[in-house]
Amino acid sequence: MFVLALLPLSYIAWKFSTDRLGANPIRELEIETGLWTIRMLAVALLVTPVRRIFGWNWLAKYRRMLGLFAFFYACVHLSMWVGVDWFFAWGDMWHEIVKHRYILVGMLTWLILLPLAITSTKGWVRRLGKRWVVLHRLVYLAAVTATIHYLWAVKKDTFFPVVYLATFALLLGYRVIDARRKSSRARPPRSGASAAA
Amino acid sequence: MLIRKPADIKSSEITPEHMALNRRKFLAAAGVATAGVLGTGKVLSAFAAPHQQNDKPNTYEEITTYNNYYEFGTDKEDPSKNAKNFQTRPWTVKVDGLVKKPADYQFEDLVKPYKLEDRIYRLRCVEAWSMVIPWQGIPLADMIKRFEPLPSAKYVQFTTLMAPDRMPGERQPILPWPYVEGLRMDEAMHPLTLMTTGLYGKPLPNQDGAPLRLIVPWKYGFKGIKAITRISFVEAQPRNTWQLANANEYGFYANVNPEVDHPRWTQASERRIGQFRRQKTLMFNGYADQVAKMYAGMDLRKNF
Repeated sequence: MFVLALLPLSYIAWKFSTDRLGANPIRELEIETGLWTIRMLAVALLVTPVRRIFGWNWLAKYRRMLGLFAFFYACVHLSMWVGVDWFFAWGDMWHEIVKHRYILVGMLTWLILLPLAITSTKGWVRRLGKRWVVLHRLVYLAAVTATIHYLWAVKKDTFFPVVYLATFALLLGYRVIDARRKSSRARPPRSGASAAA
Repeated sequence: MLIRKPADIKSSEITPEHMALNRRKFLAAAGVATAGVLGTGKVLSAFAAPHQQNDKPNTYEEITTYNNYYEFGTDKEDPSKNAKNFQTRPWTVKVDGLVKKPADYQFEDLVKPYKLEDRIYRLRCVEAWSMVIPWQGIPLADMIKRFEPLPSAKYVQFTTLMAPDRMPGERQPILPWPYVEGLRMDEAMHPLTLMTTGLYGKPLPNQDGAPLRLIVPWKYGFKGIKAITRISFVEAQPRNTWQLANANEYGFYANVNPEVDHPRWTQASERRIGQFRRQKTLMFNGYADQVAKMYAGMDLRKNF
């Protein structure tokens, strides 16, 4: 799984080193690493639904790694923008962040993912207990802001951003329904009580 | 054929040697290994290059594989793939509206009376990338004089071919088709404005807008309408396609202006294709001396 998650990066690096990224390779690097951040988020968020639906519990152990890979691709993406696209021109970058909402949303996404990556260790899971679960629900917010960042970056071809947005809505919807079902099972069945009355 | 080469400038003179070499190397480098060496070399030299204005023309390869031409797809590489078999003959250009000589011209007849001129222009895309391109064409002013516009003609409107069966992008509702652009009469008559039929001394490749496109070097690239089939002389300001699609982001004038940001991109700097570092964008794309007076007294923030 570790090797699998690195394949996209190797492919991008191979295309870069063999001059296959077209006439504007810097833009391609940004687009590709950004897209793989969103894809990795989608794959990480798919783990639990797939596990529940198909009973593939062995997938559980890969969830953290996939989430961390999403953060990893986000870091590569951000460093492309900082170090390659803008070549550490901090003033210009600040101007970009405050003036252009899609940059701002992208930055926000990275800032949401950062604490999630930090608290992904066993120690932090133990220390935070129930609060860890609440905190890590923020990953759905990050998925949505990442896709809005993508949506606002494109000009008119909004098909794929909308597809990703729908995917994340579906994944979140499943988790909400699943949680409802579980909590109604845990509580005494109210409908039964009213029927008895 | 009717594409005549100008006697004074040979196209070999404007084809930089490194480009000819690149093309030869490109052919030789069919193997991944060779291509790898080339790529790394290019990347390394790009890293070493200092941050400076450098108006060396872009390579034929760059100009013909990195195109915004939504009629053939929205990705930059799409037009070079999807326009391969696009037929540009026979080609008719309808000239109508407020002119003394409205007519349907065959492309050959339209360009026949003129000597083609070579013009190396900067091209600045609204997406903050740029190129330097050796175009070939006819000053639009010369062509317009022949149609004898009436004094009531205040604007020129251009329309791209509408043929969804031949232009796959037109089957998608990405933009309101067909693509329309326009110029104020004085802009259309400006000596820099070029009706373009060629690139690097050769007929225009399909992906760059064959057989006939507009080039207005002090405006953002989207003003350079491609595959023109109609030129109309009108009284009211035309509604150009990108303005129709998103009036907050794209205006009629679309003059390159580093001081007026696009809502999503900075316009203060740009990346010259083939170079590593961004460079400052110049007012009117560096053509201010020739064109600024046309906009004297206008609020360029409002008329973006």
